[in-house]
Amino acid sequence: MLCFAHIGAALTLSLLLPLPAFAQDALNSGDTAWIIAATALVLFMTLPGLALFYAGLVRSQAVLSVVMQCFAIACLSSILWLVAGYSLAFGDSIAGWVGGLDKAFFSGVTSDVLSGSIPEIVFAMFQMAFAVITPALIVGAYPERMKFSAVLWMSSLWLLLVYAPVCHWVWGGGWLSEMGVMDFAGGIVVHATAGVSAIVIAMMLGARRGFPEQVRPPHNPGMTATGAAMLWVGWYGFNGGSQLAADGGAGMAIATTHIAAATAAIAWMAIEWIKFGKPSLVGAVTGVIAGLATVTPASGFIGPMGGLILGFTAGIVCFYAVQIVKFSLKIDDSLDVFAVHGVGGIIGSLLVSVLALAVFGGGGLAEGQTVIGQLGVQALGVGVTLVWSAGFTFLILKVTGALTGGLRVTEEQEIEGLDIAFHGESGYDLGR
Amino acid sequence: MKLVIAVIKPHKLDPVREALTEIGVSGLTASEVKGFGRQKGHTEIYRGAEYTVAFLPKVKIELVIPDDLVERTMETIRQTAETGQIGDGKIFVLDVERAMRIRTGEIGEEAL
Repeated sequence: MLCFAHIGAALTLSLLLPLPAFAQDALNSGDTAWIIAATALVLFMTLPGLALFYAGLVRSQAVLSVVMQCFAIACLSSILWLVAGYSLAFGDSIAGWVGGLDKAFFSGVTSDVLSGSIPEIVFAMFQMAFAVITPALIVGAYPERMKFSAVLWMSSLWLLLVYAPVCHWVWGGGWLSEMGVMDFAGGIVVHATAGVSAIVIAMMLGARRGFPEQVRPPHNPGMTATGAAMLWVGWYGFNGGSQLAADGGAGMAIATTHIAAATAAIAWMAIEWIKFGKPSLVGAVTGVIAGLATVTPASGFIGPMGGLILGFTAGIVCFYAVQIVKFSLKIDDSLDVFAVHGVGGIIGSLLVSVLALAVFGGGGLAEGQTVIGQLGVQALGVGVTLVWSAGFTFLILKVTGALTGGLRVTEEQEIEGLDIAFHGESGYDLGR
Repeated sequence: MKLVIAVIKPHKLDPVREALTEIGVSGLTASEVKGFGRQKGHTEIYRGAEYTVAFLPKVKIELVIPDDLVERTMETIRQTAETGQIGDGKIFVLDVERAMRIRTGEIGEEAL
C-alpha cells in the first residue's frame, strides 16, 4: 500500500507541477488531517463496533465478557504496539522477515519526522488502530469458554509473533512487499491472519457446551446490527485511510468498499430468503462484514465494478463457508471469524490480481506484471501467511495453556456465564 | 376468595385487563414468563444454523377475587384471550385463605 500510494502521488505531482524532487517528502496537511480522522474511524471499528457486533451474537450471560475482551485487547495491543509491535512491523528490516527494535517505544518517531507526506507519529497511530482490531477479531473464535487470563496472554503473544511480522512482510518493506504483493488494507495482514488463527484456536479449545445442536441463539440481533453498522462506517477509514493520502485514490477505495458491503449483504439475504424462506437481520449484517473483509485487500486497486463483483462473490462464498466449517467440519469457530474474515480476506487477496485490470475499472497491475504472475505472488503471500499464522498460534496456545493452567473455563463457569464467573457483573438485571 | 392464575398470549394482556375491569375486578398482577405447552417451541435460523427455542414468551396474570365473581372472570378471560390457535394458554383457580390490605389493615374480601 505504501509503495503504490507513493508512486501515484509522485507521478501526479511530477505531471502537474514543476516541483523539485523532494516535494513528495513535504508534509501535506490535507493528507495528515484525513489520516488522523481515519485513525479515529478505525479505532471506532473495534470500540465499540466489533465489541457490539460480537456481543449481540453470544448468549446473554456472556455479553459483557465479549465486550470486556475487546476493550482489554485494545488497550493491551496499544501498549505492546508502542513497546515493540510498531518496530517489529516497521523498523529496519532483518532479512525481510521482521523489523528490528530500532523503533521500540516509538524511538525516533517524533512529531516532526515524516513518513511520506504525513508525520510518522500519525502513521504509527493509524497502524496501531489496525493492530488493535486484528487480535480483537479473533474474539469471535472463543467466546463463552476461554479464561480471561488466557485471552490476554494469547492475544499479546499473537500480536508480536503473528501480526507484527506479517505486517512487516507486506507493509513494512519485507519480502512480500519486495515481490510486489498487493494488499491494500489488510486482506492478508488482518483478515487471513486472524481467520486462520481463529480456526486453530477453536479446534484446540473445543466447542461450546452442546455444540452444534444445543447452543443458544444470538441473544440480541439488534446489538449485532448496531455494531455491524459502526464497522461499516469505520471501514471507510480502514480502507480509505490506507491510501495514506487525501486524494481520489482514497475516495475510490471508499467507493469500492461501500459497493462491496452493500452487494454482499444483498447476496447473503437472497440466499437465506431462498433457502429458509426468511431473510434475517443477522444474515444481512454478516453479509456486510463479509463484503467489507473481502474488498479490503483490493479496495484501492479496483474500481466500483470490481467492488460489485467482490461483494457478490463474498456474500455467496462466505455463506457456504460458514455452513462447511460449522456443520461439515463441526468446528465451533463460534462467530465465524474464519468463514467471514479469513475466507473473505483470502478471496479478495487472490481476485485482486484480476479485478485490478483496467477492463474491470481497476488501476492496473505493476508495470511488466501479468495476471498469472501477480496471482502467483498473491497465492504465495496467502499460503505462507496461513502456515505462519497457524503454526505460531498453535505454539502460542501451548505456551498460554501452560501459563494459565489450561485455556478453558470450568464447566460450571461456562454454564453460569463468563460475565459473573470472570468479571462479577451481569449484562441484564432489570430489577435494579 | 379465589386466586385466579391465567397464562395468556402477550398481546392479549391489554384486552384482558380492560374486560376484567369492566366486570368489576379491582386489580391484578402481570408478569412476563416463559413456558411450553402443547404449542411446544419454535425454531430460529441464524447464519444457517437452526436453533430450537423451547420456551415461548407468555404473560401470567394473577388476581384474587370474591367467590361470586369466579365464573364471570374465567369466562371473560377465556373469551378475551382466545385466538383459536394452539398456545392460547390456561386458567387455574385456587382457594385463598386470607387477605389483608397493607395500608388500612382491612382483611378478607374488604381488602380486595
